[in-house]
Amino acid sequence: MSGYDPALVRADFPLLSRVIHDHPIAYLDSGATSISPASVITAMSHYYENSHANVHRAVYVTAEEATATYEGARRRVGRFIGAPHPDEEVVFTKNATEAFNLFVKSWGASQLRPGDVVVLSEMEHHANIVPWFQLRDQIGIEIRFIPVSDDFRLDLSGLDELLVGAKVVSVTGMSNVLGTINPVRELADRAHAVGAILVVDAAQSVAHSVTNVVEMGADAIMFSAHKMLGPTGLGVLWVRREILSAMPPFLGGGGMIADVTLEGFTAASGVTRFEAGTPPIAEAAGLSAAVDYLEKLGMAAIADHEAQLTGHTLERLATEFAGRVRILGPSTLEKRGGVISLDVEGVHPHDLAQVLDQFGVCVRPGHHCAKPLMRRFGVVATARVSFGPYSTLGDLDALFDGLHHAVGVFG
Amino acid sequence: MAGMEDLYKEIIMDHYRSPRNRGELLSPPATRTEGFNPLCGDEIVVYLIVEDGVLTDIKMTGQGCSISQASASLMSAAVKGKPLSDVRERIDTFKALMTVHEAALDGEASDAVDLRRLGELAALQGVVKFPVRIKCATLAWNTLIQGLEEISPT
Repeated sequence: MSGYDPALVRADFPLLSRVIHDHPIAYLDSGATSISPASVITAMSHYYENSHANVHRAVYVTAEEATATYEGARRRVGRFIGAPHPDEEVVFTKNATEAFNLFVKSWGASQLRPGDVVVLSEMEHHANIVPWFQLRDQIGIEIRFIPVSDDFRLDLSGLDELLVGAKVVSVTGMSNVLGTINPVRELADRAHAVGAILVVDAAQSVAHSVTNVVEMGADAIMFSAHKMLGPTGLGVLWVRREILSAMPPFLGGGGMIADVTLEGFTAASGVTRFEAGTPPIAEAAGLSAAVDYLEKLGMAAIADHEAQLTGHTLERLATEFAGRVRILGPSTLEKRGGVISLDVEGVHPHDLAQVLDQFGVCVRPGHHCAKPLMRRFGVVATARVSFGPYSTLGDLDALFDGLHHAVGVFG
Repeated sequence: MAGMEDLYKEIIMDHYRSPRNRGELLSPPATRTEGFNPLCGDEIVVYLIVEDGVLTDIKMTGQGCSISQASASLMSAAVKGKPLSDVRERIDTFKALMTVHEAALDGEASDAVDLRRLGELAALQGVVKFPVRIKCATLAWNTLIQGLEEISPT
């Protein structure tokens, strides 16, 4: 932890100077969206103030700057995730959900045949479930789910049977509800052994640990800029070059074509065939700055810092709320990230979050777009605490003050 | 600034802790209507029996936060045994209460709703100061409206 000073990190985030209900804001909802350092906001303003032009077409100076900014972001984020060929593998989308839809509707619809098997898990976000269901309803694929064990891990004991006939395994790298970190490399090896590809939902993990698509053994991953200190409105789809080259375009329009006649069109080659219309250019500038910022802090240092906060939280929950609070997720730090879902006896998550708001504490109540997982554990909702690089022990003190108060009011 | 005391009034906490008309009714003869709040996952099932234009019985099951549970309980107490015309009037009054949000945010008492006619339901007035929670309060009512539609389409 040497060199990592959360107080200094905090000072980089303008939003953290806010006072909410007479309390300094304690932002503990980074799993939903992270907040941005000043450098990200400045990068976006810089584009609007200096280089606001469209990309890929005009030849004047500001347009060339805009193109350089946008394509630079593609390479920057590609290097950040260890992509071997960023220019040919990184596709910008609206968000991680659109990245999933693009992949399923392009790769899935063109490569899968009726009866082919798609293996998901019970802990997936709806973004990694619903597009597959849509494809099933369209072409008749079979969808199977890796179950989640009582200790909040993927139960891989029946994986061999699930993989029979599988063409794709698509799982989250880290659960947005449980905090569980999944054995992606093992899943990649076992998927590849039966000729299936591995798709990884990296939305929760990408800002909190080192991501390397080659080491993961992934064939495609999805994530969004806004969960990694960047802006909203920009998602990333990385697909291994060999697989991407076989994918037909997604949305049609300007920017994605090589030629259009009155008879038809020819799609552009390369990643731009998936990026119809004017792309999120300012957001791409913001994402570049966010990646710079994350790498300046160091992904390993961020992971250490968040693990320390997670451990501290689990400890305090165990000592101060034993028997009152059930944690939906692993109770130790082993293979778990900084997302902690709480089920507080007698206090509905909405009420808990409302009380916490009075303490300036931001947590997320709800089903977290993972209703099958909620059903698996017999709850309709949880209150979720999630950390970012700027989270501090002071945030946790505010959280626990609020928790004690809520239990007093409702318990 | 809206405070917690505006939201969690004593009457609301009482109805949350001791919900009225909780349970099931044999269906049929009762109608059974499910309601969902897709934002938070809250669920409710409303059972209704209408005889000769009177809502003679109402029971509810489901899970939800204090606001949704208390609103359901207050609703059931307000409409049980009432002629359907009265039930519809209550629904309209409640809807008006939930839509006076702008005025309530300014801290002004609403002229649009006669609070004296609301009885205990007036306790829900504070909810409009917390716009996200309005959906919690309206879940049971929307499910009641749906159930009544099934019985006698308007």
